[in-house]
Amino acid sequence: MIKGFAGRKGVQLLFYALTIWFLWFAQTTLDDYSIRVLNNIAIFIILAVSYNLINGITGQLSLEPNGFVAIGAYVATLFLLDSDALEYQYYLEDPSSIVLLMHTKSFIIALLAGGAAATFAAMLLSFPVFRVRGDYLAIVTLGFGFIIRILAINNPQITNGSLGLNDIPDHTNLYWSGGLAMVAVTVILNIIYSKYGRAMKAVRDDEDTAIAMGVNTFKIKTIAFSTSAFMEGVGGGLLACLLTSVSPDQFTFFLTFQLLIIIVLGGLGSTTGAIIGTILVIGGAEWLRFLDEPMNLFGWTSPALPGMRMVVFSIILILVMLFAREGIMGKKELFDYFKTKKPKEKK
Amino acid sequence: MILNIDELTMRFGGVVAVNSISFGIKKGTIFGLIGPNGAGKTTIFNMITGNYIATSGSIKFNEKELVGVKPHLIVREGIARTFQNIRLFNSMSVLDNVLIGFDFQAKYTFLEAVTRLPRFFFEEKRIKKRAYEILEYLDILNFADTKATDLSYGQQRKVEIARALATKPKMLLLDEPAAGMNPVETEELAKIIFKAREDFGLTILLIEHDMKFVNRLCEEVLVLDYGKTIFEGAPSEAIQNKEVISAYLGDFKHD
Repeated sequence: MIKGFAGRKGVQLLFYALTIWFLWFAQTTLDDYSIRVLNNIAIFIILAVSYNLINGITGQLSLEPNGFVAIGAYVATLFLLDSDALEYQYYLEDPSSIVLLMHTKSFIIALLAGGAAATFAAMLLSFPVFRVRGDYLAIVTLGFGFIIRILAINNPQITNGSLGLNDIPDHTNLYWSGGLAMVAVTVILNIIYSKYGRAMKAVRDDEDTAIAMGVNTFKIKTIAFSTSAFMEGVGGGLLACLLTSVSPDQFTFFLTFQLLIIIVLGGLGSTTGAIIGTILVIGGAEWLRFLDEPMNLFGWTSPALPGMRMVVFSIILILVMLFAREGIMGKKELFDYFKTKKPKEKK
Repeated sequence: MILNIDELTMRFGGVVAVNSISFGIKKGTIFGLIGPNGAGKTTIFNMITGNYIATSGSIKFNEKELVGVKPHLIVREGIARTFQNIRLFNSMSVLDNVLIGFDFQAKYTFLEAVTRLPRFFFEEKRIKKRAYEILEYLDILNFADTKATDLSYGQQRKVEIARALATKPKMLLLDEPAAGMNPVETEELAKIIFKAREDFGLTILLIEHDMKFVNRLCEEVLVLDYGKTIFEGAPSEAIQNKEVISAYLGDFKHD
């Protein structure tokens, strides 16, 4: 009866096996630079698929992920740095006692704490923001992203202000980032293929009708928002432990913008599309780096053009938007193409 | 009386859309709400379903006050509706559209969905089975996996009714169900409404302009004009009533 499910399961399992093998292969044989890029891709997959849940699946145009990533990154960092390191680093103001108390050696607990803090913020935020819809929601959530950054700058007793925090233990490796990316994708897919995911899509298509079918749309939107915040928080923690430093400048609107490009390019509402989009955007930005350097074209050497890759990148984006209006995957998932043509439905 | 409306009034600023209207609907009847455009019929629907909060008056469904209850909870009380202009979930399949109606009846939590505990599979299987039953009942089983927007108008209307039936209603509100349908489709719709009333034990309140359709279906009608009741009774009498005729066609003054 649940056809297509078997197809999805099979493809999913195959992907897991391949991914695990690839993670092991990459972590053991590739050079530092490639591992770094792959780590980045894995973390952005977490961010993109979770952002896609609220923006693409639930259709609530929100622009706050930089805020949640920042919360996750800061909280995880504060948990991982011990009080000596903090006393040493804070010289704008003494660290507050709460910050000194927060400590754990466990990476996973720090990540979960970051996620939990972001979820808490999302739940509080959902009460005011879901009173408005559409463009207004975008503006309100955009404001939240700014507020978090300004709070981080102006509370040096907690965040060390614009100096940021350094010497974060570099726990993030491909097993962590890739493994958590797989967990994130699985959880998101499990949500999408349940009554919660159906209700989210219903809210996207026609919120008033969803209400008229007995769906508590506020609850559904809050669930989508909080889940996506949790994963963005965890992603923030991973990012902090990859870069080994956090500062407010990492979490500007550009981060949100990058995620928005990823999910629009991949196809709003498609989880596998978000993964493909991440690989193209984050990977592509690295692979196109040669464009910034001096080039030898038929005997004529062009000067170094920093930013050239962004120009090429924008052109690619424009082309995709022209020829694939709904992004690469549209609303479809990759495994939809593996579905066997089903025989006539029996009752 | 399954639904009791008493002195119901709705004001939008200075405009009185519905002016102290009272009526009751007996359990198991098909009740028609008719009147010219702008008479306040859809406003009454929206007040019953909780989309508008009545300025004053009361709506009692099975002795329970509905004014001020949130719309999604009114559905759970057993009132389902269809829309004047068909509103399906466009990106979803017909089956998924109907499954939305079962949303609040699927008893599993968010964590059970994420971790795929047995109750998730059990409940999903249960509601899917019932969704297929409803699709079969309305003879649209073949389109279960078709995108809702790819269907013809008449079939889309059926999907809307299927979705409403999925919410396990005691009362069904149909807003101009026959609008835009050809005579064959209208005839089929009338049969469906009769049949569904018997099989699901429904009470039906419908808005309709097609008087032939109303005459055939409804046991009782309420005629509205400018937010006021101008006639209440059998449909066959309504079309002979002077006030009703003048409301629809305008007054003729003879010298």
